[in-house]
Amino acid sequence: MPVSLSHDGERHWNRRTSRTEWLRFAGWLALAMLFIFTWRVMTQDTIWAFVLDAPRQAADIGSRMWPPRWSYMSALWKPLWDTINMATLGTLLAVILAVPVAFLTARNTTPSVVFIRPVALLVIVSSRSINALIWALLLVTILGPGVLAGVIAIALRSVGFIAKLLYEAIEEINIEPVEAIRATGASAPQVLAWGIWPQITPAFAGISVFRWDINIREATVLGLVGAGGIGVNLESSMNTLAWPQVTLILIVILATVIVSEWVSAKIRHALL
Amino acid sequence: MLVIDNLTKRYSTGDLAVDNVSLSVPAGQVVGLIGPSGAGKSSLIRCVNRLVEPSEGAIKLNGLDLSKLSRGALGKARRRMGMIFQEYALVDRLTVMENVLSGRLGYVGFWRSYLRRFPQADIDRAFVVLERVGLLDHIDKRADALSGGQRQRVGIARALVQEPDLLLVDEPTASLDPKTSRQIMRLIVEICAERGLAAIVNIHDVALAQMFVQRIVGLRKGAIVFDGPPDGLTPEALTEIYGAEDWASTISKAQEEDADEAETGLPGKTLASA
Repeated sequence: MPVSLSHDGERHWNRRTSRTEWLRFAGWLALAMLFIFTWRVMTQDTIWAFVLDAPRQAADIGSRMWPPRWSYMSALWKPLWDTINMATLGTLLAVILAVPVAFLTARNTTPSVVFIRPVALLVIVSSRSINALIWALLLVTILGPGVLAGVIAIALRSVGFIAKLLYEAIEEINIEPVEAIRATGASAPQVLAWGIWPQITPAFAGISVFRWDINIREATVLGLVGAGGIGVNLESSMNTLAWPQVTLILIVILATVIVSEWVSAKIRHALL
Repeated sequence: MLVIDNLTKRYSTGDLAVDNVSLSVPAGQVVGLIGPSGAGKSSLIRCVNRLVEPSEGAIKLNGLDLSKLSRGALGKARRRMGMIFQEYALVDRLTVMENVLSGRLGYVGFWRSYLRRFPQADIDRAFVVLERVGLLDHIDKRADALSGGQRQRVGIARALVQEPDLLLVDEPTASLDPKTSRQIMRLIVEICAERGLAAIVNIHDVALAQMFVQRIVGLRKGAIVFDGPPDGLTPEALTEIYGAEDWASTISKAQEEDADEAETGLPGKTLASA
């Protein structure tokens, strides 16, 4: 009890009782000890000679990477275009799959909390728990290398992300307009289209554009495992130790990401 | 005409919201439903159009027992009952016209409504009610760009465009200032008279209820404890509904205001300005 009476009858107030003060102190102490312990585990296999050598090694690679090989750009336009298409088509596919999943998951729209909602949640969790790079590895072995594997990898990864954020938006809608639409005698699909959908369109558009922006970044690395796009060039350049080409590719990726972030920020701003 | 027969609603939590209520409302009559918070006013009117499923009893609208209808038939029956809400319950991101046309959803197929290709007759109806509630100048505005009074007018227009036999009105003025509250109540009552609609109006404000409705039903703990004309609301009756309190000022205030209204009331002009 934060309020206590001292023997002279004065009422004292403290934010916490002394018991909770001690518990909090013990908690912080345990956290600090855990940090020291994990630091020791982390560093025990480190070869310190290599770490001390790091600045020289970095300077060496740096000198070999500079200047970028600008003439290589002519070979990059096509894979860059593939990368952007991969992200866009993957996002589109994911949106189409995610909207029904979101409605099946949201507590206020799912047909069955007991049977259908857990299945839809499982879809979301499995999609979110596997990185696009791993999806791509699997799909390249199934579908063969190329952009198609990349598109599907991105779609599978994004379904969970979009469905999760969208179902949270659906659960937060105002129920009154939905009741009002239902009270007019509207059918269930009409209630969805007139009462619920208009309330979530800003969230829906914002989430989709945000995921497209993330997917541009993911698509740039999918080529490392053979799923097409600019990552393929990155991998082959690194394998042949063509460091100036690697530099150019990194610059191109950076520029693309900046542009996509700018575009997505503009679109989201316009929609909200 | 609405007949409610021995209606009981018990929620799954065990709360008895409506306790064996029988009530009949003839066409053209506006009933004010008063009672303390939690007395079951909202549950009662939501049982009528089955936004809340009644536990026992029958609800007959023009002889049709609503409590026994299948989902499809319920949708058809709901078209005959307009509902007006405390927080207006408009779809904010849709325009005034779209909100009003949503009152016709029960009459139009999914794709026609989705593509906003309503029959011309429905659009004509929407224009008629929008003119009646004085919102012709705001048709293309988004619902969230309007003031509270205007938003409630859209709510009224949406209910009217259904061409209902019955209005279910849930605290229509609880979110409005006193002047707008009166204008909205006056509008509802006038429209019911014009169109011969039966109406049940849940209302907190006893004085406002006395001013506008022809009959008052008092609800306490889900059961009817008063049913009579507004003048019949004596301090004893109010104590029966709400519990002991000094009621003298509530009643006299209502009567003074009534006289006040009669002197200065220019309904047409005040309505348009709100």
